[in-house]
Amino acid sequence: MAKHSHIGQAIAPATDVVDEKDYTILNLGPTHPATHGIFQNVLKMDGEIIRHAEPTIGYIHRAFEKLGEHRPYAQIAPITDRLNYCSSPINNMGWHMTVEKLIGCEVPKRAQYLRVIIMELARLTDHIVCDTVIAVDTGAMTGFLYLFQWREKIYEIYEEVCGARLTTNIGRIGGMERDFNETAWRKLHAFMKEFPKALEEFDRLVTRNRIFIDRTVGAGAITAERALEYGFTGPNLRAAGVDYDVRVMNPYSSYEDFQFTIPVGTKGDTYDRYMVRMMEMWESYRIIEQAIAKMPDGPIAANVPEFFLPPKELVYSQMEALIYHFKIVMGETDLPKGEVYHSVEGGNGELGFYLISDGGRTPYRLHFRRPCFIYYQAYPEMIVNGMLSDAILTLSSMNVIAGELDA
Amino acid sequence: MHQSHPQTTNAAVQQLHDSVLAFLQENVPGAVISSHIDYDFPLFILEKSHTIDALAALKSAQSMEFSFLTTMCGIHYPENKGAEFALMYQLHNMPLNKRIRIKTFMASNDLTMPTVTHIWRASNWMEREAFDFYGFRFSGHPDLRRILNMDEMTYHPLRKEYPLEDAGRHDKEDKYFGR
Amino acid sequence: MSINVNIREEFKPEGLEGAGFFATSLDKVVGLARANSLWPLPFATSCCGIEFMATMASHYDLARFGSERLSFSPRQADLLMVMGTISKKMGPILRQVYEQMAEPKWVLSMGACASTGGIFDTYSVLQGIDRIIPVDVYIPGCPPRPEQVLDGILKIQELARNEGVQRRKSPEYKAMLDQYGLQ
Repeated sequence: MAKHSHIGQAIAPATDVVDEKDYTILNLGPTHPATHGIFQNVLKMDGEIIRHAEPTIGYIHRAFEKLGEHRPYAQIAPITDRLNYCSSPINNMGWHMTVEKLIGCEVPKRAQYLRVIIMELARLTDHIVCDTVIAVDTGAMTGFLYLFQWREKIYEIYEEVCGARLTTNIGRIGGMERDFNETAWRKLHAFMKEFPKALEEFDRLVTRNRIFIDRTVGAGAITAERALEYGFTGPNLRAAGVDYDVRVMNPYSSYEDFQFTIPVGTKGDTYDRYMVRMMEMWESYRIIEQAIAKMPDGPIAANVPEFFLPPKELVYSQMEALIYHFKIVMGETDLPKGEVYHSVEGGNGELGFYLISDGGRTPYRLHFRRPCFIYYQAYPEMIVNGMLSDAILTLSSMNVIAGELDA
Repeated sequence: MHQSHPQTTNAAVQQLHDSVLAFLQENVPGAVISSHIDYDFPLFILEKSHTIDALAALKSAQSMEFSFLTTMCGIHYPENKGAEFALMYQLHNMPLNKRIRIKTFMASNDLTMPTVTHIWRASNWMEREAFDFYGFRFSGHPDLRRILNMDEMTYHPLRKEYPLEDAGRHDKEDKYFGR
Repeated sequence: MSINVNIREEFKPEGLEGAGFFATSLDKVVGLARANSLWPLPFATSCCGIEFMATMASHYDLARFGSERLSFSPRQADLLMVMGTISKKMGPILRQVYEQMAEPKWVLSMGACASTGGIFDTYSVLQGIDRIIPVDVYIPGCPPRPEQVLDGILKIQELARNEGVQRRKSPEYKAMLDQYGLQ
């Protein structure tokens, strides 16, 4: 139990019944500096203790699932970017892999390893945001300012591959759109050399910090059984003690070739969630190291000209390639009929894509299994009978991204 | 170090399909209308009235133990007269890494379905989303109201008869775009 | 490629200078003060919010333009930066936040979603915040690079510097607010 939890009990011990109508109603959100994203919680407070919470979401509902029925497959990739926008490449790759599963396309090894590097870099960006923001919510701005510099370095690597920083639309159906060029390799090697020092520095600032530990240990705890009932996945579930990771359970994109451990917590409180993400950053770093070392040669895309743009020399000289190019760009490619579900380990857990294709140019039904939406249901339970400041920390440690919550 | 879970092969998926089919035929007779395998997922199409019993049995039985609800969603098949709406549940037996999909169809004038919130807590908001998007009514749900759209919305937007775009927009005339 | 700007020359107001005094019009002094101390209210809803976090961080540093203190309370903010998609559910809240801000106030619409609805031409997304509140500067992009955000802020600074103290009480301004149904 947390060292200070007895304080909460002293203020309102179980035997004292405070009349319900004496509760204060506090509206937390939708615009609030500490809720990183727009969601509202109407809290009933008994002094500093929260007795009841009522969440309202949907303030950024952009109708992704309806959009998915009206856009050709290649145009859905930029939309998936906006799901968990802190780690957009993972969403992109998940979508590409879903379509590749539908059409039965085997992605070459080199492309798979490149995808792994990009996805693990994305996981690093997501966990950097979450961990630094937990620290900011306890009052420590320094870690945030230091580590965001490294996110800029990762953005530079993305820019070399796809041209964009945040909403990357990286990869294509069948592989990668371009290989890493010299600058990208140089930047990646420089990043790999310098990042451990920066992460260790942040570690030393925060992880064994007296104030941070006092604030976060015991805040927003959840047991493993409860977490599984609520459909938790990802770092939040691993913090509660269950070692479920989609990369290990249902490996995709050659993750079975890499050695990495799954960090697991014990109590499922804010400190455990912070630590699990911290350890996962080290694991991601190790995976990138291994992928660079074992990078095979080969093509960067499968031979699926109906989905992957043919090279320009062929488009200008061969009729077939020109027709494929036209059809792909105009979104007139038909896909096979079928129903497929593919999931990837996103920054927040199992991000699933359920796709029903009726053979037309757009999906018939596209449903996203969004981890944030599912585990945010447990938030009221996690903060009740705790203090308001713990509720804020619980929210930031759960890493609720509004784009993924509302979709 | 983790224990790497074996990749599901076609044989394993077929075996999973057969064992779940046998279980359902034995414990919830009359539930299964049809079943087949979609890529790597066994799919069971269940009779609407038996679905809730089948789902409860799939969770609680020792031999099945599908204790994790991965996702559920509604689907609208407007051309399927008499069975226009479907609910899809995806179940996961985490320790043994087994996944199946359950679908149940219903006609557009009868969109009621018992809730599964007492079986899997995760389905609370998923059912609210299905209600918001399609209009399914889950009897027994503790708090069935819209979740993502505005409360004042009068229609269920993901049904195929409704357009994607905002109806009040007047600067995207079809005639300018050759439609 | 950098443009060398001598700030002292570029933004120096016209006036009468002498030993120990500088006489200029009140408009210009107030404009200078307002422009260099804009306190933004980051109304960050989605991906543009993350690019804003990158702009606030040390690499692109918004603070050197006077926006050191981000204010989440509308009463204490000058510049409402709307960053990200505004859905119809969020519209009334945005309007309420805008109404709570005290004059003078400026609105910066960052990103395609806030300016026009962006790629989300759907039933639930407000197709541009200028349907409900008046906007001063639009920054296109999805999301705009931090350099574009800084450019937008510089344009707001230009507006603030050249505004004059009487604008907010003028009948034209009141007419514009009436168009939106604001007081």
